[in-house]
Amino acid sequence: MAMAEGDDRLVFVGMGLHDEEGITLRGLRELELAELVFAEEYTSSLSKGSIERLAKRIGKGIELLGRTEVEAGTRILEACASKKVVLLTAGDPMVATTHVDLRLRAERAHVRTTIVHGVSILASVPGELGLQHYKFGRTTSLPFPREGYSPTSPYDVIAENLSRGLHTLVLLDIDQENDRYMTANEGMHLLLDMERRVGKGILSKETLACIVARAGSPDCTVAAGKLGDIMNRSFGPPLHSIVIPGKLHFMEEEALKELAP
Amino acid sequence: MGRKEDNIKRAQALMRQPKFIRNIGTAAHIDHGKTTLSDNLIAGAGMMSEDLAGKQLLLDYDEQEQARGITINAASASMVYKLADQEYLINLIDTPGHVDFGGDVTRAMRAIDGVVILCCAVEGVMPQTETVIRQAIKERVHPILFVNKVDRLINELQVTPEQMQQRLSNIVNEVNEKITKLLPDDLKKEWALKTETGNVVFGSAFNNWAISVPYMKKSGIKFRDIYEYCKNQDQKTLAKRAPLHEVLLEMVITHLPDPLEAQKLRIPVIWHGDKESVFGKSMLGCDPDGPVAYMVTKIIVDPHAGEVAVGRLYSGKIVKGQELWISGMPNPNRAQLVALTVGADRIPVEEIDAGNVVAVAGLKDAIAGSTVSSDPTMQAFEKIVHYSDPVVTVAIEAKHTKDLPRLVDVLRTVAKADPSIQVEINQETGEHLMSGMGELHLEITNYRIVNEHKVDIKTSQPIVVFRECVAGTGGPFEGKSPNKHNRFYIEVEPLQPAVVQAIRNGEIETEGRIKDSKAMARKLQDLGMDKDEAKGVTSFLGTNVLLDMTKGIQYLHETMELVKEAFEEAMNRGPLANERCMAMKVMLVDAKLHEDSIHRGPAQVIPAARSAVYGSMCQAGRVLYEPIQKVFINVPEDMMGNAIREIQQRRGIIEDMKQEGDIAVVQGKCPVAEMFGFAASIRSATSGRALWSTENAGFEPMPREVQEEIVPQIRERKGLKREPYDAAYYAG
Repeated sequence: MAMAEGDDRLVFVGMGLHDEEGITLRGLRELELAELVFAEEYTSSLSKGSIERLAKRIGKGIELLGRTEVEAGTRILEACASKKVVLLTAGDPMVATTHVDLRLRAERAHVRTTIVHGVSILASVPGELGLQHYKFGRTTSLPFPREGYSPTSPYDVIAENLSRGLHTLVLLDIDQENDRYMTANEGMHLLLDMERRVGKGILSKETLACIVARAGSPDCTVAAGKLGDIMNRSFGPPLHSIVIPGKLHFMEEEALKELAP
Repeated sequence: MGRKEDNIKRAQALMRQPKFIRNIGTAAHIDHGKTTLSDNLIAGAGMMSEDLAGKQLLLDYDEQEQARGITINAASASMVYKLADQEYLINLIDTPGHVDFGGDVTRAMRAIDGVVILCCAVEGVMPQTETVIRQAIKERVHPILFVNKVDRLINELQVTPEQMQQRLSNIVNEVNEKITKLLPDDLKKEWALKTETGNVVFGSAFNNWAISVPYMKKSGIKFRDIYEYCKNQDQKTLAKRAPLHEVLLEMVITHLPDPLEAQKLRIPVIWHGDKESVFGKSMLGCDPDGPVAYMVTKIIVDPHAGEVAVGRLYSGKIVKGQELWISGMPNPNRAQLVALTVGADRIPVEEIDAGNVVAVAGLKDAIAGSTVSSDPTMQAFEKIVHYSDPVVTVAIEAKHTKDLPRLVDVLRTVAKADPSIQVEINQETGEHLMSGMGELHLEITNYRIVNEHKVDIKTSQPIVVFRECVAGTGGPFEGKSPNKHNRFYIEVEPLQPAVVQAIRNGEIETEGRIKDSKAMARKLQDLGMDKDEAKGVTSFLGTNVLLDMTKGIQYLHETMELVKEAFEEAMNRGPLANERCMAMKVMLVDAKLHEDSIHRGPAQVIPAARSAVYGSMCQAGRVLYEPIQKVFINVPEDMMGNAIREIQQRRGIIEDMKQEGDIAVVQGKCPVAEMFGFAASIRSATSGRALWSTENAGFEPMPREVQEEIVPQIRERKGLKREPYDAAYYAG
């Protein structure tokens, strides 16, 4: 789309990781130009107070929308008809796949859209651990299990990646409404539980796992070790991610030893 | 020692000798005289003064029962009777005849081995007569016949002696036909009614006399004599020459089986475990030394003892203080009291043997229908199936807010004691909704809450329970998840009547998980369902079924539980008026799912699948069903017009009219919604001379114009937008 900057009426802006400091300068400029700013926090989230601080910085209100409102999309799309609107999301706006639908609907309604990318967990986790992003297979995520829904397909994804020697990035569920964030510990227990239920014999307490906690923040913590050794270790406040490495390149091996003791 | 106490002592001796025990019940259409008969028997056995028999209605000990002159509880009593120098212990259960309490009858049948079917000589075989026969045969309970109110035939209908004999023999033939057509071949001959053998008795329970062919031979009384005694207003002498309890108990003892004989026949029908196992052998042999196998058929709420379970002990002995396991419960309960029951009294005993009807207090986890055993691994008895949809609902609230927690407890207890009562909380308004089988059923239950449980309540006007279904075929309709990354395609249509019927009859186990889906598919195919459809059977809710017709969709198995939840939500709250759905066939024909499990969780899948069901129902044409009652009215001929008008004014249809002497018999059907207050109207329209009864006859579609009027009303009452949503809404 060859359009002059500033003409776009729905701009998806990624805020990057951890807090409002992760936003790009380009993103910040879009916020300053916007007539209406929405934000959502259910696909990922920043540390408390980030949105408020950002609002103060740009000198205009930011309205936080819940899952239903973003998914229904009506409020955002209606606002786009007359105003230049920004939707803020944590991380990168199109990594949380839900927003593709919103973008398509906007385009179909002849609302021009642009994306201002943000730093994504998909890039930061390999970076923090010194793993090569070329060597990752499909990403998977672990939902909080509940009665009637405790899928084991994340386990199948890991199995498939491992069989090809690839690493798996395992994202952990966010239950924004109830202020619940899955910890790496819960995630590791769930994975071992899936091993018991499916039983392909790919995971055990001897399996190597890597943890990245609070990626992108100043107190980002990384760890690597056998599941049995690290599954009960505390990694501090959320958000956490897990990587189950496949075949390690010698550089990766060295990096893990050095960076994630 | 009084006669009653003496009786109790002898009863305690007899309860160890199953050969001399008879577990029996009485069952009939309403007002055919069951309780009067039961009282007579108890009086005859010395448990009540003979003068009072027929008038005191001992078994109707509930205040409400006495006041209304009908039986509400299936009450039980034990009595001792001597025949040919041998004493027998008769455990008798009296059951309600009013159609609102049909569930009680079904459960009582589980406890007994033989049943005296009563039939009024004037009214003849009525719908409930047929129903109780069906219930008895299903449980392999041996039926025999008592034709009651013969005196009224003579004195009120003024029949000649020949007409009388003709009429009585017609009734016997008709009842016999109804029994034998339901019997398996090996019992057809043995259980047939034959006046000559004495398994049929004629008499008047109110006037305390009865006669059978063997008794005629013994006493020299002839039909002619009976006719004369009645005509001459001297039934007292007749009662002396042919006392009801003697004639009837003789029939019971001679023709009805003892527990040893009965359990051989009944256990294979009511318990599907291994016949060669310890339990199988012990129950088939009615062995007091085997493990305890006890089936609770009723919970009585006693002001002193609390909840008392009444039921049948098929094996072992229950000892006071023993720990017993209620099937499905993690911890055992202790039997704090073991007793025989005599009317409102319970006679505590230290222990009681297999083959008896037993009351046990302390089984706090038990409900009517529970299997109780000394061994937690015992396979439960077959469920007692009484498929009846509640038709009337009232909203209940505590008069004083402080009583609210107690009301919640009491409602739970009430539902436990009477499984035909359903209690739920309206999520929108927070009020408690209690549904039952009819206006009377709910009135009685309200009375109990206030007077027995001592909670003051306010109740709304009764409203009928509706059902939703569809007129034709709808879909495949695409339902999208809120994040739009998952799509479910659903088709709906009305479920085959044969399958619906099988669910109602309890031939298809619809509760809980489907254990053997291949066997279930075969059964559905036998009932006429398409093979591919039947193979997809996934779950049931009421008379609705969910079929998974998809093949090889990745990840679908992970979300199937959520699709089931969506199906259940949709069936519990239909798209038209949030009423329950019935007879729906819901088919999942395709699905498209997101790769990652977080994007196809409950918050996505449930709304998607639910919208697909609703949208598909919109396309198929939504129909509101309402409960219908059959109405039977006996009325003097000159008032027939008034009675007919009463039905016609209520959107009713007259189905049949018959003339019997001066009496007209009108049969019709009416929507339950129009039947509120019928009792008062028919009384005034016929100067109180109409005898009438009703029978729930399931649900029928409402006329279009009535539906269009009523749907917005229901929605408004529930706090919903007046107009239901259309298909476009569910496609969004």
